[in-house]
Amino acid sequence: MRLFYTCKQAHQKLSENLDRELSLVERTQLKIHLGMCDSCTNFGRQMKTIRMAMQAMAKGKSSDQDEP
Amino acid sequence: MSHIAELHQQLERMRPALQRFAMLQLRNADHAEDAVQEALLAVLEKPESFSGKSTLRTYVIGILKFKIIDFLRASNRESQLADFAGEDQSDDDIVDHLFNANGHTVEAASAWGAPEASLQQQDFFKTLEICLEKLPTQTARVFMMREWLELSTEEICKELALSTSNLWVLLYRARLRLRECLELNWFANTSSKK
Repeated sequence: MRLFYTCKQAHQKLSENLDRELSLVERTQLKIHLGMCDSCTNFGRQMKTIRMAMQAMAKGKSSDQDEP
Repeated sequence: MSHIAELHQQLERMRPALQRFAMLQLRNADHAEDAVQEALLAVLEKPESFSGKSTLRTYVIGILKFKIIDFLRASNRESQLADFAGEDQSDDDIVDHLFNANGHTVEAASAWGAPEASLQQQDFFKTLEICLEKLPTQTARVFMMREWLELSTEEICKELALSTSNLWVLLYRARLRLRECLELNWFANTSSKK
């Protein structure tokens, strides 16, 4: 096992973080990578923004009506 | 105006949005229309069930989701999972072109400006809807089941007879595509819009 994630691995873990609980080892490796990598940190925030946008849509937010 | 007539009007005003939601999930205009029709009829048949605890819109969308889940269950029994294999090829490309051989991103992801403010704007949701429409059919179906129907990964795997690792990969690819589409069509422009 490589000690450090590549960006490719970090990207995938950031998405999977929305679908399952990452293991302690995964979380640690991800944290180390994000500490060194602005690009993946930004990507992680973007994943969360997409999740929040979909949560709003799941509540009924759409392009033609403001409030659910 | 009678109570029922008023309810009828409110439901009609919601219909276009309901149709779009159903279409994003089902990817078939006839099926989407059937699901919306069934949901609206269910509300009209038992208007007293709407307790007023939630807004009418929330209530109707909840019913629509049940109808769509029923529909997915019925159609999954007949559908071919070969559909997934066909889409895999182009989905691999979407991952591959983001990273070089060392696993580094080819182009660094820049921060999105003011994402919270974007979520307050109807135009943002228009862009999001367009980006969702552009997803490959099976990828979109899985993504919408997870994020719009808000089903657990276990439920989705069971419904579609997918392994969890397959599902994670499909969801990851959907998010990559959405990220790219939103970046190009929304966030790249947000600074110039202000």
